[in-house]
Amino acid sequence: MSAPAQQFKHDAERLTRDLRHRSLIQTSLKKYEAARDAKKSRYRDWQSARQTAAEIKWDAINHLDTYLEEFVSKLEDRGSRVHWASTSEQARQIILGIIREKNARSIIKSKVMTGEEIHLNEALEKAGLTVVESDFGEYIVQLRHEAPYHFVFPAMHLVREEISELFQERLGSKPTNDPEELMMIARQVLRDKYITADVGITGANFAIAETGMISITENEGNARLTCALPKVHIALMGIEKVIPKLEDLALFLPMLATAGAGQALTCYNSLYSGPRQPGETDGPEEFHLVLLDNKRTHLLADAEQRDALHCIRCGACLNVCPIYRNVGGHTYGTTYQGPIGSVITPYLRGLQSWKHLSYASSLCGACTEACPVKIDLHHHLLQSRRNATAQRPIWWERFAFKGFAFVMNRPVLIGLATRLARVGQKFHPLINGTRLDPARAWTRSRELPSVSKQTFKEFWKSRTK
Amino acid sequence: MNERENIFGRIREALRVKAPVPGSHDSKRGGADGQTVSEAEAAKHIPEWLPPVGETFDQRVELFRENALDLKAEFQLLDDPREMEAQISGLAVREGWKKVASHSGELTDRACAVLAMPRLVADRDYDIRELESCDAGISECEALIAQTGSVLVSSRSSGGRALSVLPPHHIVLARREQLLPDLPAAFALLRSKYASDYPSLISFITGPSRTGDIERILVLGAHGPKKLTILCV
Amino acid sequence: MRVTLFIPCFVDMFYPRVGVSIVQILERLGHHIDYPEELTCCGQPAFNCGYWDETRPIAERVLNRLKDAEVVVIASGSCGAMIKKFYPELFAKTPHARSALELAARCYEFSDFLVTKLGVTELGARFPHRVTFHDGCHGLRELGNKKQPRALLAKVQGLELVEMGEAETCCGFGGTFAAKFPMISTAMGEVKCASALETGAEYTVSNDASCNMHIQGLADRQRKPLRTIHLAEVLNSR
Repeated sequence: MSAPAQQFKHDAERLTRDLRHRSLIQTSLKKYEAARDAKKSRYRDWQSARQTAAEIKWDAINHLDTYLEEFVSKLEDRGSRVHWASTSEQARQIILGIIREKNARSIIKSKVMTGEEIHLNEALEKAGLTVVESDFGEYIVQLRHEAPYHFVFPAMHLVREEISELFQERLGSKPTNDPEELMMIARQVLRDKYITADVGITGANFAIAETGMISITENEGNARLTCALPKVHIALMGIEKVIPKLEDLALFLPMLATAGAGQALTCYNSLYSGPRQPGETDGPEEFHLVLLDNKRTHLLADAEQRDALHCIRCGACLNVCPIYRNVGGHTYGTTYQGPIGSVITPYLRGLQSWKHLSYASSLCGACTEACPVKIDLHHHLLQSRRNATAQRPIWWERFAFKGFAFVMNRPVLIGLATRLARVGQKFHPLINGTRLDPARAWTRSRELPSVSKQTFKEFWKSRTK
Repeated sequence: MNERENIFGRIREALRVKAPVPGSHDSKRGGADGQTVSEAEAAKHIPEWLPPVGETFDQRVELFRENALDLKAEFQLLDDPREMEAQISGLAVREGWKKVASHSGELTDRACAVLAMPRLVADRDYDIRELESCDAGISECEALIAQTGSVLVSSRSSGGRALSVLPPHHIVLARREQLLPDLPAAFALLRSKYASDYPSLISFITGPSRTGDIERILVLGAHGPKKLTILCV
Repeated sequence: MRVTLFIPCFVDMFYPRVGVSIVQILERLGHHIDYPEELTCCGQPAFNCGYWDETRPIAERVLNRLKDAEVVVIASGSCGAMIKKFYPELFAKTPHARSALELAARCYEFSDFLVTKLGVTELGARFPHRVTFHDGCHGLRELGNKKQPRALLAKVQGLELVEMGEAETCCGFGGTFAAKFPMISTAMGEVKCASALETGAEYTVSNDASCNMHIQGLADRQRKPLRTIHLAEVLNSR
């Protein structure tokens, strides 16, 4: 088992027993479900909207070269600088390079999942720069030196008491259990950071090829400020975010909000087409876009799973996943959690080390059902299992399944197995659930069913006599 | 340049095989190789699936009002600019404004004229700390969107990038003609108004700033304005 | 009609009453039952673990034996999904591709067969108890069977159906998942049990015996007063 797989099992073991944690997450996600259902019901035809969204993304990804080229040329025409990074390391170097060139010291960031992916904050801090996360949830996990728990709701696992204690400890604030007061504490601290920051770093939810704009979705207004106040704006974005036309946003923005957070539309949806233009009185003097590959082209090359690149990062699949609801976001140990994370991480980080995420699923299909762009998520998990065993079969498992096929195709052997099981189950109570029990994986927490006195085959035989 | 070519090379190589079209894993649709779908075809249908918006101004304004209420934004439909001025004066007194920020425009000039207090004008270079000390930001907008209860602003119509998001109370002054039915109409407006010379920032503002990061409890005024007031004449 | 019955391994060994109930119900409706005794497994365990090559010998045997069946009724949502949805994938681009698709068109999970194919919901059944229903994931999402079991239960005399909050949430069985990630499987089962018990139902009904096996096994270990029963057994009660 790979190290990530061992860690996953270890953390899953711990967190599934943590009833407080389970209850917190389930309560939180139930609220989301109610809000989502209310907003979904207002659509005239949610299922057709999904199909249309899926088709637009299919066009975008399957003509990615054309649209990417169009997007970049429009962006460059209006004074933005575009940089290309094949790897995480290149992206980090590019961003550090821009910052050093400007002699910048302080950085303000809004939520950038690709930034997490390339471990940007560590690199910046190592270089002696101050980086502050402006998104409230990200700010909280940054203070706790933790990874985001959910890529839309980074601090979902915390209750107000924990946040209050954190602020008391790290900011010297007074204790309070009022969410509004807690938010005001963070707001005060961050206010000054916006105004004094030299560089603002954001991500992007979409990139519009036709008009050369990036689109940023948020509720708090921190990205709006990050893109308004500092002199330099750097946006880091995966190459797969490109969509063909401006009007496509009329579908994607509402669906992102509804599926992701149960909102009709997120509070701020902003389009940026470059640095401040002549005649504009504020805004950054320079705008840099860093385009990141980091193995996305590897996923692109697998036509069967390519639609995973259609993802709009809404988080709906996490919200409905019964595995996510019971183990939580940190257990995955990845930048992207939940079903989408389980599908793409093997491509981004390696199949053999991360295949366990494909197996840590009952393939219930709730994710596929929830996905606003119809990514075939649970089937991809199955396909990854096939790919992983084809690439590197586990010899004893393969042997066991060959044996299984052998027995299953021979009714005589099944009859024999049945009789043996009847005998075996007389003695089983002695070892039920113990380390000696070969069925321990089951019996550690469940009772085994008993072999019936007359199996169906035996019933049928007796009937046709 | 080098990485650009590398990335494009990998993309083109990958795309030599077409992926199955969406919905082809549904047993009802049946899979087929060689099928493609186009954005143009798909996007035509977008307005059909989104929530309905009504045909008349009255229906749309009602929808906008409902949405604004749900979003905890304040919306008033007024008969003439003098009522608007009265509303602004009233707000200034109730909230104890000492200084406001604005930009020049037909409605904003009128609004600021009735406020006997210092005002920061965002059409010229300004000091960000001064903007931060303002009690309210008064701006015009590109449009109001009935379907979502949104205000469409831009760096050209609404005093730059920071005015509509830094001060704790954002007042939007709009005209009835600016009420559009839905998002597709908003994009059509932007397209026809700006052709390809777009403002560097365009933003859909849907309610006051908010967060649900603490136990999914809604709190207003995270980093952006805690209050959003929309006055439509 | 000549109905060919596919009885999965766990129904054969642990829950034969499910199969017996199906036989009795269909015979009462006047159909002739064929049961190919040499078939036991649809191959899903190997398939779900990613060993598709090792699955084909089992699946080919099933294909061959069922190719002349007029109609096939499968006593489980998960095996139903395997044969109907996944065989075509397993055999895509092989000489069996066509026959896999043809077989899929003739296969029905039991409740779907009664309601969709036969158009029958009234079976003269009587089960005067309060029950709740657990939707097995394969039956629900791969085969689209949501209304059919409920349409059947609605006609059972004396039966009161109370829906549980987590009816559509996976119970946590997932085949080999239950053995590979038992802690997660158990947690999911606990959520399901709690939701079922909240309804005050005397029985938790499902059309997938493998789900029942997991839910009941968990309830028994934790001494929870939860009784699972298969839809076919309820429909056969008089």
